[in-house]
Amino acid sequence: MVFLDFEKPLETLFEQLEKIKQVGEQGDLDVTPMVKELENKIAITRKEIYANLSGWQKVQLSRHPERPYTLYYISQMCKRFNELHGDRHFGDDKAIVGGLANLDGQTVMILGHQKGTNTKMRQYRNFGMANPEGYRKALRLMKLAEKFGFPVITLIDTPGAFPGLEAEERGQAEAIARNIYEMMVLKVPVICVVIGEGASGGAIGIGVGDRVFMLENTWYSVISPESCSSILWHSWEHKETAAEALKLTAEDMFGFGLVDGIIKEPVGGAHTAPEEMAKILKKQLKKELAELSELSAEERVQQRILKFSSMGRFEQLPDSKLAKLTATADKK
Amino acid sequence: MGWFKRLKEGITTNTKNKKEVPDGLWNICPKCKTTLSVKQLEENFFKCTNCNYHFRIGSHDYYDLIFDNSKYTELFADIISVDILHFVDMKSYSDRLEESVKKTNLLDSMTVAYGKVDKKPLVIAAMDFNFIGGSMGSVMGEKIARGVDYAIEQKCPFMIISKSGGARMMESAFSLMQMAKTTAKLTQLSTAGLPYFSLMTDPTTGGVTASFAMIGDVHLAEPEALIGFAGPRVIRETIKKDLPEGFQTAEFLLEKGFIDLIVDRQSLKATLSDLLNYFVQKETTTQHPVAEPST
Repeated sequence: MVFLDFEKPLETLFEQLEKIKQVGEQGDLDVTPMVKELENKIAITRKEIYANLSGWQKVQLSRHPERPYTLYYISQMCKRFNELHGDRHFGDDKAIVGGLANLDGQTVMILGHQKGTNTKMRQYRNFGMANPEGYRKALRLMKLAEKFGFPVITLIDTPGAFPGLEAEERGQAEAIARNIYEMMVLKVPVICVVIGEGASGGAIGIGVGDRVFMLENTWYSVISPESCSSILWHSWEHKETAAEALKLTAEDMFGFGLVDGIIKEPVGGAHTAPEEMAKILKKQLKKELAELSELSAEERVQQRILKFSSMGRFEQLPDSKLAKLTATADKK
Repeated sequence: MGWFKRLKEGITTNTKNKKEVPDGLWNICPKCKTTLSVKQLEENFFKCTNCNYHFRIGSHDYYDLIFDNSKYTELFADIISVDILHFVDMKSYSDRLEESVKKTNLLDSMTVAYGKVDKKPLVIAAMDFNFIGGSMGSVMGEKIARGVDYAIEQKCPFMIISKSGGARMMESAFSLMQMAKTTAKLTQLSTAGLPYFSLMTDPTTGGVTASFAMIGDVHLAEPEALIGFAGPRVIRETIKKDLPEGFQTAEFLLEKGFIDLIVDRQSLKATLSDLLNYFVQKETTTQHPVAEPST
């Protein structure tokens, strides 16, 4: 088990539990009551710690090395899955995976960012940072789904689109922009879920849907706390402050009306009970898919456009006369 | 908020004074170090007379250059930013806004204008880099959204002149969602059958490039403009190598197939006029007469 810095009290308790269990295995002492007591204590401590997580702690949780990734969710939720590779132009990006799946009898196109589970695989997956061909593969699969009327599910988990030389050469910006545009008018139902990190353009590049959800311990922002700190504070030291300032948690995002809902995680985070997490996610997806299928394609697209067009907070100067004055003064 | 009061100043300020080129009688070209008088610059479309470097200019300068007789109507000037998140880094977002309004005499990093180009109507939304790096927040998103609505109403083409470092961090996810918002509105423009021209100027990066700037019907760029997704510094840090010369310039993007044409500022109006002629046929114009800019 990997413990994050704010989980230290838990680590001690788990160590004690291990020791007591060993003692129990060795000999005649009945440790059952002590084990029970400790397990109780662990549950309570966990609840306490997790009741009041800061923005930065949620960022840490979203990056927990044992957190389930896209392919895990797919394997848990779907009876069958066939990964489809490549963008048919340049190559196959390993940081975004996708394919056709059987979700309780319904054909769906499911895709998402994929991170690796060990050092070698993390490199292979480029840490979940996609290149343009990743976004173009995603678009190809979504267009395929549209052609045959399959709903689209996207799972978002990226520290950002890859900022590399070749990515620029092959049009990272164009690929993301194109995806946002095409997803906005995709005729089939689209559900997006942030399952880990939701960093900026890299996230929104597969993040335009009829429904956008965030798992409880994830974040979604215009920039990562580290990069924000480095730009605005000119040092990497202020990542905690930046994480707070960016208001990037699921709670904040839902409060602002920028996502449609929060999906609860098991206490202790998705990684402590991944199977349960997958079940919760699947239940939510099926409920939403059923609702969305009641609408016509036109209704869905129209509502989607309306939803995103109304995002933003600004002030309109109340004195309309003053406003008119501004307009005339600028004209010559 | 105190800076509302400053609006009066903005009203009485002649747009001619809103130049983004440095104040004073003389300017030094950042590229070839030639000294140029303000008059020389103005007469040469704010380009260096020696090396043709395109100086960074403001939204109103573009309107002056593009619209007939420099006549146009500014639209939606009354939308201003709010500090939704109470964002504080080394200074607070409210202070930053106030300072920028003072410094630039503008209310945000984008203005929208309606006017005629060789008698053909056009709505232009253009950015001011001096206002927090031309960054995109809720105001820019809303101005583009309303600009699109206005173009649909007037049945005329729409253009965005980009000059921005990307999304405005101080509005966090609100600014991120402007990528989706502006794109959503552009799908409506497309459904209405109206063309959208995207002009990328120095610099166009980040969320601006990765949304509306790169989904134009025609992509124009100014010579040597820096255009990209990630900034050069970030890329250098990622790959730990120096970047090749000319990387991420307009010319580079044209070679890679992402820009339709590079336009010298001097011929910008003529090019736009051509485009408007191609896209807006006479018949349609007579069928749906467009309103004159109000006087």
